[in-house]
Amino acid sequence: MSAVTEPRYAVADRPPRRLSDLLLRWETILVGFFIVVFAINIRLSPYFLDAYNLSDATFNFSEKAILALGMALLIIVRDIDLSIAATIAVASLAMGEAAQAGASTPALILIGLCVGIVCGAFNGFLVTRFALPSIVVTIGTMSLYRGIAQVVLGDQALTKYPPSFQALGQGYLWRGLFPISFAVFLVLAAAFAVVIHRTTIGRKVFAIGANPTAALFSGVNVDGIRFWLFTLTGLLAGLAAVLLTGRIGSTRPNIALGFELEVVTMVVFGGVAIAGGAGTIIGVVLAVFVLGYTTFGLSLINVPGIVINILNGVLLIVSIAAPTLAKRLMGRRA
Amino acid sequence: MSRLFANRDAALAAIVVALVLLIGLRSPVFLSPASIVGVLTDTSFLFMLTLAQMAIILTRGIDLSVAANVGLVGMLSALASRAHPDVPIVLIILMSIGLGALLGALNGALIAGFSIPPIVVTLGTLSIYRGAIFLIAGGAWLTSKDMTPAFIAFPKLSLLGAPILIVIAVVVSLGFWLLFDHTRIGRSLYAVGGNPVAARYCGIDLGRQQFFVHTLAGAVSGLCGYLWVSRYGIAYTDIAQGYELTIIAACVIGGVSIAGGIGTVAGALLGALFLGVVVNALPVIDVSPFWQTLISGAVILAAVVVNARGSRRVGKIILREARQKAAQGSAA
Repeated sequence: MSAVTEPRYAVADRPPRRLSDLLLRWETILVGFFIVVFAINIRLSPYFLDAYNLSDATFNFSEKAILALGMALLIIVRDIDLSIAATIAVASLAMGEAAQAGASTPALILIGLCVGIVCGAFNGFLVTRFALPSIVVTIGTMSLYRGIAQVVLGDQALTKYPPSFQALGQGYLWRGLFPISFAVFLVLAAAFAVVIHRTTIGRKVFAIGANPTAALFSGVNVDGIRFWLFTLTGLLAGLAAVLLTGRIGSTRPNIALGFELEVVTMVVFGGVAIAGGAGTIIGVVLAVFVLGYTTFGLSLINVPGIVINILNGVLLIVSIAAPTLAKRLMGRRA
Repeated sequence: MSRLFANRDAALAAIVVALVLLIGLRSPVFLSPASIVGVLTDTSFLFMLTLAQMAIILTRGIDLSVAANVGLVGMLSALASRAHPDVPIVLIILMSIGLGALLGALNGALIAGFSIPPIVVTLGTLSIYRGAIFLIAGGAWLTSKDMTPAFIAFPKLSLLGAPILIVIAVVVSLGFWLLFDHTRIGRSLYAVGGNPVAARYCGIDLGRQQFFVHTLAGAVSGLCGYLWVSRYGIAYTDIAQGYELTIIAACVIGGVSIAGGIGTVAGALLGALFLGVVVNALPVIDVSPFWQTLISGAVILAAVVVNARGSRRVGKIILREARQKAAQGSAA
């Protein structure tokens, strides 16, 4: 008589994925937002649904979208970088001075990227070496970097850029339908999505965000990864500086002013938890499109930019409050 | 008194005094009583707003919408005074404080009611309040011609021989000192910031504290909104834009910990004074005002690095021991 011994512990299988889980995902809701925004815009303006207009609209958000990729990773590891816009100013300044001195386009790009890397690495060094909160450090470096641009430029502007450099920010890849800056963003977004969601590096990033102490005890080089994420974000700011400077063809001390808060809005609206540990690249990309085309559609019907900002602010708060509100309403029903 | 003075406050005070004397060495006019009163008057907004921000930061929060609140209430007060020129100025001031408190309470309600991080809520309301200024005024500029003489005259009054702005800043500062150091609410703010879980077990509700500090900061911002517009005699959409970061910078320089629970009234005031002295001194010593941003950035970084040395690694003893053991293990 062989007794069938029950296992002492039972580990439940993961419950099967249900359709409602998929439908309630933030990314799905963002797709819904996207469709609604498109539908409303098409009704509001006959000029919205036009391949050339839709592709040209990307010029207005591609640089910020590139920054949002780096910011998303920083926020996932519980950090933030408010100095990105000021980094753009310094990188643009360096490129402007080099262009005055007659530097070639490849040299200008290299200078822009290197200045971005240095600015980002300095942030990362201060944050990790002295164990400082990144919000304070980057408020400080924001003033520092922006201040450098203001001191050097004063009330002047640098406008002498070679045409091939300007073509980077203004040019298209295919029949005037695919802006270079937008293509750069899409390629980067794909690369980020793969690295973050399909490699051990990404796994470590989420581990740090979920619990830095546990990550450290699990052998993750927490401060090392955070340092490199700041450096990477600096590099992206350098890249955004190349595209933005080329697009507008000038460097002023107030270039990219206020970008940092718009980028944080994109990332948080994209479903990245401000407390860290959660978020997806596809969510950020969708948020970029929703916010970008909301802005574009409203400006087509002559709504002033500052009024569009109100809408973005409301969207940000509602998007964060909605899940809590929904949970509470459902709890009451049960 | 422990929250009014701390050792690092004395050090910061010494630095501010040394800075003022150095500037005076270069141009003695900076040390004249009139000049000193001018610096203090200019900085009075920063004194009040820094203390208001400190109350929020103590609870581990942050408010990015204060400057937009200042701008919106300032515009509203100017519009109200234009629409009803015979309303007494006291009523306008009370209305400004009330409106500011309302805007702050909205922040607080969203933060506490939906458990949304303060930085996200105030990032959103920053855009909303700033946009609202544009909407209510239609993008127009209101100059001193649109304001009543009484509206303009108030911030130029003197009380007990001092400009009324300084008197108000002193009264508000005393109020914050009483609140932080001598009331149960003040102690709750430090408790919540120091250890939210422990505070919860002691029966202190985080949400209630958050709602309170944001409403309070809103009221102070509203007061500053009227004073700002009436002092400079102009109201427009971008008024006080970006000032929220100057305010946070003053807190950081003053030793208010962004991680919550640490900060003194004297420190915050000295942090604000430091920035005020720098801003006012640059033109006096013939340095281009374009240097202002760079200097404040460098000072913020220096301040946080110095502060970090004092408080680093507290509460991480277990981890440090683990690290040392790991290091010994690998060496053996």
